[in-house]
Amino acid sequence: MSYAAVHEDDHHDHKPTGIGRWLFSTNHKDIGTMYLVFALIMFFVGGAMAMVIRLELFQPGMQFVDPQFFNSMTTVHALVMIFGALMPAGVGLANWMIPMMVGAPDMALPRMNNMSFWILPFAFTLLLSTFFMAGGAPAGGWTMYPPLVLQLGDGFPFLIFAVHLLGISSIMGAINIIATVFNMRAPGMTFMRLPLFVWTWIITAFLLIAAMPVLAGGVTMLLTDKYFGTAFFDAAGGGDPVMFQHIFWFFGHPEVYILVLPSFGVISQIIPTFARKPLFGYESMVYATASIAFLSFFVWAHHMFAVGMPLSGELFFMYATMAIAVPTGVKIFNWTATMWKGSMTFETPMLFAIGVLFMFSLGGFSGLMMGITPVDFQYHDTYFIVAHFHYVIVPGIIFGIIGGIYYWLPKWTGVMYDETLGKWHFWLSTISVNVLFFPMHFIGLAGMPRRIPDYNTQFADWNAIISIGGFVFGLSQLILVWVVIKCARGDGEKATDQVWEGAHGLEFTLPSPPPFHSFTTPPQVTDATAHS
Amino acid sequence: MSVDKLKHTVLGLAAVSLFLMSGAVLAEYPLNLTEGVTPTSHKVYELHMDILYICTVIGIIVFSVMTWSIFHHRKSKGAVAAQFHHSTTAEIAWTVIPIIILVAMAIPATKTLIFMEQTGDAEMTLKVTGYQWKWKYDYLDDDISFFSALAQEDNEARQRGSGIDPSTIDNYLKNVDNPIVLPVETKIRILTTAADVIHAWWVPDLGWKRDAIPGFINDNWTYIEEPGVYRGKCTELCGKDHGFMPIVVHAVSKAEYATWVEEKKAELNAANSGADMSMDELMEKGKAVYAANCSSCHLAEGQGIDGLFPALDGSAIVNGPASDHVSLVLAGKNLMPSFAPQLNDADIAAAITYERNSWSNGTGDMVQPSDVKAAR
Repeated sequence: MSYAAVHEDDHHDHKPTGIGRWLFSTNHKDIGTMYLVFALIMFFVGGAMAMVIRLELFQPGMQFVDPQFFNSMTTVHALVMIFGALMPAGVGLANWMIPMMVGAPDMALPRMNNMSFWILPFAFTLLLSTFFMAGGAPAGGWTMYPPLVLQLGDGFPFLIFAVHLLGISSIMGAINIIATVFNMRAPGMTFMRLPLFVWTWIITAFLLIAAMPVLAGGVTMLLTDKYFGTAFFDAAGGGDPVMFQHIFWFFGHPEVYILVLPSFGVISQIIPTFARKPLFGYESMVYATASIAFLSFFVWAHHMFAVGMPLSGELFFMYATMAIAVPTGVKIFNWTATMWKGSMTFETPMLFAIGVLFMFSLGGFSGLMMGITPVDFQYHDTYFIVAHFHYVIVPGIIFGIIGGIYYWLPKWTGVMYDETLGKWHFWLSTISVNVLFFPMHFIGLAGMPRRIPDYNTQFADWNAIISIGGFVFGLSQLILVWVVIKCARGDGEKATDQVWEGAHGLEFTLPSPPPFHSFTTPPQVTDATAHS
Repeated sequence: MSVDKLKHTVLGLAAVSLFLMSGAVLAEYPLNLTEGVTPTSHKVYELHMDILYICTVIGIIVFSVMTWSIFHHRKSKGAVAAQFHHSTTAEIAWTVIPIIILVAMAIPATKTLIFMEQTGDAEMTLKVTGYQWKWKYDYLDDDISFFSALAQEDNEARQRGSGIDPSTIDNYLKNVDNPIVLPVETKIRILTTAADVIHAWWVPDLGWKRDAIPGFINDNWTYIEEPGVYRGKCTELCGKDHGFMPIVVHAVSKAEYATWVEEKKAELNAANSGADMSMDELMEKGKAVYAANCSSCHLAEGQGIDGLFPALDGSAIVNGPASDHVSLVLAGKNLMPSFAPQLNDADIAAAITYERNSWSNGTGDMVQPSDVKAAR
């Protein structure tokens, strides 16, 4: 039974117009769109900073910027990408898709949804305004380690309050997602029938609620250390600068999974669609995701092996880190088994999903290598780790999000995207991202530390190659903007309700584009209609 | 030849040429971890290679399966999707097999880690203190103590718009003014700490790095097997000039080390004599001391950085009474550390004289080592 047969008239579909539609929106689709557009803008802001970094590193010697500004570039690049691009993009996908996937009309807490988005532009205004202040923008690394971060000038309280606001926004987003999934599932949509994207987001939401307050506490202690005479992180006053690192990474490691799990969820939707075969090992995928999330709270100190921990601590964190490889491997094997003996086609979303599969695995291998404490003493804080986490974040997370955008864009806009442009985007991105990040493994092993604006001439050739990869990757992302604008303007073939031949799930029972309030009458879910 | 075959041929040729190219590149530039010159670094290198091989084999197997299904299970080849979606046997297999591989990796890793943590029975101790942006070395058994900063030549070349080509400098950014000298075949305890922010002391050939944390001391050890020059860098972001505080270790025979200890002591004593100097001597020495210790923050022309580091050019303190200027340098202020423990009387006197008579500052004052000694 098609949607139109039940809801032949759409006269309840009032929506406000003009700027008010966006400022006061309580609609999950409009808020989702705002999140995604904001993330895309921040992706280019953070990307521009990466271009400055690669420009300065193109040749040995200092050509374009001063060391202090270079440090601001690396620091703010990371903050903008993590808190401005990746997290909002994940929440944007969740806002758009979760109500449609569980058969709900909207999110459970629509006004809070509005607030959690509108905090973001204010938070980033605070953060980016520091570039115009005495002492400049944060330059002590996104990890904000004291005592270095306390040397920041007038921008310091702006950094701290920006982080507080971002935390509040994330926690509200997480509460909303949990409330929606727990309370607003359609009849028959049991937990073990939820699409995997919804599952990964519930787990992410719990991680957010557990981890963000820890960061807020840590940065508040920085604030009182700087302005109110406390000495939490000052040895001279009986504190310990390393304690901040423990607090930070107790947030920071779960944060890695906060970023990556939604991407895993997206590709768990895409791969079965284009393999035309159900997801292999649904239950084990759910349990593996939950295990990764649980273990993520016990591995934080692997980010700081070099601080000098007792042997027993180093061993514990080494074993716990190695253990994460097991559930992560299970996920990779399940995706591979989903493709096996399928009937695959390679539209752009599938290409990006396969890109995640290959290149996230590479990041996983280097991650395993760095989990081995004695060798990490060599890898730590070199370009090897820069290569590792960029493989995880760019082709692991960003490719997943981009795959999701291509996958659902026809659903959102009712118009098929331009497949030729999509393929160009994928191939240019994939080739350039490897030119950009693969050689970083070599220069890291050969001894180039991270976060330096100038380097020995032995690294000159690779850095030039890396920079070229970076410039091509940055420019290639403009194709995505073009594709999205074309779809938003309705320039393209009309998409069907199902969009993809192999697509399953409630979102594909709605028209393309879907009505303003997704399901006003809850659909009945059975085993046959569940599990995309 | 069909289009498919043509594609394969082109891809094959591309792969072969890439491989040959990488061989040529390999010869010129290191692409891998150093094997190093200590028992620790050898063990770490072996462990690194073992894990790299294991990961490579697993990678080849997993990627082959993925690639096979991408090429053979595609709709355009008429593949019909099977509908299986579950296998408990498979799930157990790909949980248990990785666990076995991980345990096999964990055993040698644990052994190496235990070996690295045996810091006892050292024959001598070197204390390393990180400063923004130089290192201080204290030879605790021989009563030798000195600072080591980026060499002057490198420092000039690395300034923006210096016009000096970095490739004309050997070991660019890896040269220091005062290298450390260590004996070979000696178990040396190395303590790391810091005076201001967190730094990290890393010489790749020794096989480890360790953070230098203000208020805390980390202990490590090394045993250098071969004489040679080993270079390293600070590896924890420590502010503006983090990229410009290298480490140079000269490893020499025990006999040469004993001679060096005597010479270094004599040199340090001579520098501490405190004899009066002429204006020219003060200005010449002051220029060098300023470049190594002051110019990171106050910049080469004394212009400072607005909001972070005050300008010295035209500064009220620099142009005010000399005694206040001396007290400030000795005591430090805000982000500026106390230079009393860092520099000797002659260095401080020379730097202050230089600051008071450079750029637009023309006080004509001369500050002598004896003035600094009196103010301490």
